[in-house]
Amino acid sequence: MADIKFKKTPILTDAILHYCPGCGHGIVHRLVAEVIEELGIQDRTVGVVPVGCAVFGYRYFNVDTMEAAHGRAPAVATGIKRVHPQNVVFTYQGDGDLASIGAGEIVHAAHRGEKITTIFINNAIYGMTGGQMAPTTLVGQKTTTSPYGRDEAHCGKPIRVAEMLATIEGSAYIERVAVNSTANIIKAKKAIKKAFEMQIAGKGFTLIEVLSNCPTNWGMSAVESMDWLEQNMIPYYPLGVKKCKED
Amino acid sequence: MAKKLMKGCEAVAEAAIQAGCRYFFGYPITPQNDIPEYMSARLPKVGGCFLQAESEIAAINMVYGASGAGARVMTSSSSPGISLKMEGISYLAGAELPCVIVNMMRGGPGLGSIQASQGDYFQATKGGGHGDYHMIVLAPSSVQEAIDLMQDAFDLADIYRTPVMMLADGIIGQMMEPVEFKETTKKRELPEKTWAATGWKEGCGRDRAVINSLYIENEELQEMNDRLQARYATIQAEETRCELYNTEGAEIILCAYGTIARICKSAIALAAKEGVKVGLVRPITIWPFPTDAMRNAICQDSVTSAITVEVNAGQMFEDVRLAVDGKKKVDFLGRPGSFVPTAEEILDKIKQIRRA
Repeated sequence: MADIKFKKTPILTDAILHYCPGCGHGIVHRLVAEVIEELGIQDRTVGVVPVGCAVFGYRYFNVDTMEAAHGRAPAVATGIKRVHPQNVVFTYQGDGDLASIGAGEIVHAAHRGEKITTIFINNAIYGMTGGQMAPTTLVGQKTTTSPYGRDEAHCGKPIRVAEMLATIEGSAYIERVAVNSTANIIKAKKAIKKAFEMQIAGKGFTLIEVLSNCPTNWGMSAVESMDWLEQNMIPYYPLGVKKCKED
Repeated sequence: MAKKLMKGCEAVAEAAIQAGCRYFFGYPITPQNDIPEYMSARLPKVGGCFLQAESEIAAINMVYGASGAGARVMTSSSSPGISLKMEGISYLAGAELPCVIVNMMRGGPGLGSIQASQGDYFQATKGGGHGDYHMIVLAPSSVQEAIDLMQDAFDLADIYRTPVMMLADGIIGQMMEPVEFKETTKKRELPEKTWAATGWKEGCGRDRAVINSLYIENEELQEMNDRLQARYATIQAEETRCELYNTEGAEIILCAYGTIARICKSAIALAAKEGVKVGLVRPITIWPFPTDAMRNAICQDSVTSAITVEVNAGQMFEDVRLAVDGKKKVDFLGRPGSFVPTAEEILDKIKQIRRA
């Protein structure tokens, strides 16, 4: 028999992902799950999943999970962490959830230095509801609620969440990564692991912003969407560590 | 234990701690600030955690997280703040999570006033948030009763895995009364929280916890709703509470809850001096509503009519009329806003109805 070198992490269940073909969510799910496996923290991890494309995250992450109301995951995570400080608590949120309706919750979780890790998927659009404009939608980008392209004069420029949260005293580790190439995926996993480690070390609030694609709502093939991300998103949302508070 | 003079809000907070509450998440709003203030001083000393949230919305979602993690947890607010919590309350009901929410009602709608009111009866008993759910709603009429009901509030929440609201008017919160913290003699048996999300791995002795209110398939959502409705039926059968005062053979029945019920008792004493027998039905649980007790008291042969007395435009009034089902005349005394009727005004209403 062939020697099997690659196995699926047991921190993902066997449930079939509901994500569209080519979507980055599946990659990020696996990275988070592999990090939990490698750190050996499955039995003390609690995940909080959002409203948005990742709403069924509780089916996939093989850890105790809670489903939060739209935008409220950081508040739910706060409740969990305050009751069980020894738990490792993460939220997994999209850009509508985190940067729009949940902007208050994420800012204040960071401000309190809440010892949680947020995985923030920025794909510049509302996916689950069918491709509406997000606070992260690029200027000129067409969506179902910006059919002529996002107009800066009408609704402003997209929010750079990682940079904003890096200015907050309570944040300990903030990095922006992308999952559009193998090299970037490897960097993304390192960043996610670092964030979990910083949480476990009690340093404060940690967030990894992941630039991801949405081929369905961008109206592109998976490959085209990866290129579009590279050419359009990364220039506006520069990758890299925005904050690292190591003592 | 000796009686001591205590403000309602502080008494409620202390009673919650004595009932085992160790986590409090809240946001300042008048007239209930003494609750978070008291909690912020006391909880760290008993191994608990007080956290001032950035908003009412965040506070109720912190409650959701703490409850889902298995804690005895509460929040408190006053009317406009409770409106903000309603999203979270619906999620708590849907995810079947226990917690206690105190509402020290003030005048509304909108920013209203900071004076006492009973304007949130509909919100508390008929939903408030979205979907087919109920909370158990306890309505104390004195500071002492608020203390006594607090242990019940937490126990009922745990037994039925449901949010429980203590609905008090601002008078209860701000009034000082002599109170006593009694040892709980009849502790109820509480189910183990095997559903709580605390960290899991295969073979740890329980299923993986998923705290959730999303059921995307019609059949699954129906099943969840059936489970809730069955539980609500049990709560209605087992947990309905009310006080009957002087109702036997009364000519007129007053229906009131909270502080207003005490003013009704003063009016009953005034009426007795004039030779008129007036009784009172005082719901202690306003959900489940004591429909049978209300109907039985009002539909006695001796009763000519009932008067519902509230500090609102007539909200419980509707439930009283539903209970009586047209068999007796039900009148209403009350004003929206924050005008609390006096015993004399209630007596005048009784006289006016007898003349008619």
